[in-house]
Amino acid sequence: MRNAFADELTKLGNEDSRVVMLSGDIGNRLFDKFKDKHPSRFFNCGVAEANMMGVAAGMAMNGLRPVAYTITPFVTTRCLEQIRTDVCYHEAPVTIVAVGAGLSYSGLGPTHHACEDISFLRSIPNMVVICPGDAFEVRGALRAAMQQDRPVYIRMGKKGEPVVHKGPITDFKIGKAITIEEGSDVCLLSTGNMLPEVIEAAHKLKEKGISAEVVSFHTVKPLDEDKLKQAFSRFKLVATIEEHSLIGGFGSAVSEWLADTETKHQKFLRFGTPDAFFKKSGEQEYAREVLGLTGHQIADKIIHVLS
Amino acid sequence: MNVAVRSTAAKPDVAALKAQAAKLRGKIIQMSHKAQAAHLASSLSCADAMTAAYWHVLNIDPTNPTDPLRDRFILSKGHAAAALFATLAMKGYFPIEELETYCQDGGRLAEHPPANLLPGVEAATGSLGHGLPLGCGMALAGRIKGESFRVFALLSDGENNEGSVWEAAMFAAAQKLENVCVVVDYNKWQATARSNETLMLAPLRDKWAAFGWDAHEIDGHDVGALAEAMQNIPNGSGKPVALIAHTVKGKGVSFMEDDNNWHYRAPTAEEVVKSFKELGLS
Repeated sequence: MRNAFADELTKLGNEDSRVVMLSGDIGNRLFDKFKDKHPSRFFNCGVAEANMMGVAAGMAMNGLRPVAYTITPFVTTRCLEQIRTDVCYHEAPVTIVAVGAGLSYSGLGPTHHACEDISFLRSIPNMVVICPGDAFEVRGALRAAMQQDRPVYIRMGKKGEPVVHKGPITDFKIGKAITIEEGSDVCLLSTGNMLPEVIEAAHKLKEKGISAEVVSFHTVKPLDEDKLKQAFSRFKLVATIEEHSLIGGFGSAVSEWLADTETKHQKFLRFGTPDAFFKKSGEQEYAREVLGLTGHQIADKIIHVLS
Repeated sequence: MNVAVRSTAAKPDVAALKAQAAKLRGKIIQMSHKAQAAHLASSLSCADAMTAAYWHVLNIDPTNPTDPLRDRFILSKGHAAAALFATLAMKGYFPIEELETYCQDGGRLAEHPPANLLPGVEAATGSLGHGLPLGCGMALAGRIKGESFRVFALLSDGENNEGSVWEAAMFAAAQKLENVCVVVDYNKWQATARSNETLMLAPLRDKWAAFGWDAHEIDGHDVGALAEAMQNIPNGSGKPVALIAHTVKGKGVSFMEDDNNWHYRAPTAEEVVKSFKELGLS
């Protein structure tokens, strides 16, 4: 996802002179192409994220389209007040791009885990929250974000994730979920970097004779309410899957939507991380296994609930 | 850097500026009394800097408040909103009568400057440590777009407690933002205590200088000196400029001066009359 972001950003920078890149001293060599072409529009803001976000807001308030980028906790939690006050209160069109969603950087420990950011950011007025499912969705999300006249948060995984889409998404729309595989029994609503696991879960379910629809629910705010209405009316089980805390994330957003509507539904399951720091060492795959977030574990739980 | 050095403005008319500062103080005192609002002393301490900026230095047009080429003035110490609102109204950004709605239900003049609501307010402030990063972003936007405007940020001394101020100070120096000017309203108090007894700011000029700024100490009530220093931005040093303005909290009213109770107190009707006498206002 990271490389797709840097590549698409370079293209956008070529197309639009308002595009400015701000980095919090990460992405060594990642932005070389952008820097080569647009040296006056690239700023390494150093390890000073609060200032970076304020600078981005000041730029956006003066006609530019800045992208502020660093590792998830530092571009969100570290400067949450700047995001709220400088960016969102001013309705400044800053695109905040976070790398290392959820447990992407599991091995680096809880300081680098990001399982609360959706919760924080979606509660701020004016903020759009997008969690792309693969590299093509990253490109679509970034392109769509830059056309907005408002703040957007894009939560990426890291690098090397499986690509799900067959090619570029030409009709990526903020707030419009993408059906990846159609099904008839259960509906799996995936957000962000869990998409490959969810597809694996659907395949496991298929082996057991359960037809699963897979949806990349890339925008957590605003929710695709039409898709939710369809999902909860058509399927005997709907599940949300995210690499984020069960408190305040995508599943919470859908729960809130359910509470506020009179939608009748059968079963609703939420997959996410628990209300606990994951303190053990281990890479993302290990962490997912421990927390029950692998494709086969998701499938097993759904089978159990359906039985 | 493609921001042109602005031609030096005319010599400030110090007597006129002093008279204007007194009027501004009077308006602030009236507003505080009517609204029974806090932060009066903080507003009075920066009144001379506000006067120098708005009545001599800034390249602004109140009839065209979003002119891309205008100078930007950010009241980073947003709790002194009364000073900013009174200034903007007196400059003609909105009707002077609207000051009567300060802190009243449904009005545009809340206790801190709002975002995207009131003409002339460049940034919503109130949470400290935000004005300078925003100003740096504005200055860079100007540089990228080839617009030669200047950015002024007025900070409180207590605000210098915030880490984001120093992040921005390092950033501005690294980016050689010579069209950025910080004025620190160094009145030696913060909300509840002496500033240097809370977090040690001194030597404040040396700190800003050490962060790569062209830093100067200045009498923050010498409106002529303030005007001359601020009109001379960029000053050719290749560095952003910090003016450490030594001020007195509650300046202009003897019974408020350097008395930190006036951080939160609002004046009675009698105290307004007394203040006006001292300010030479009728």
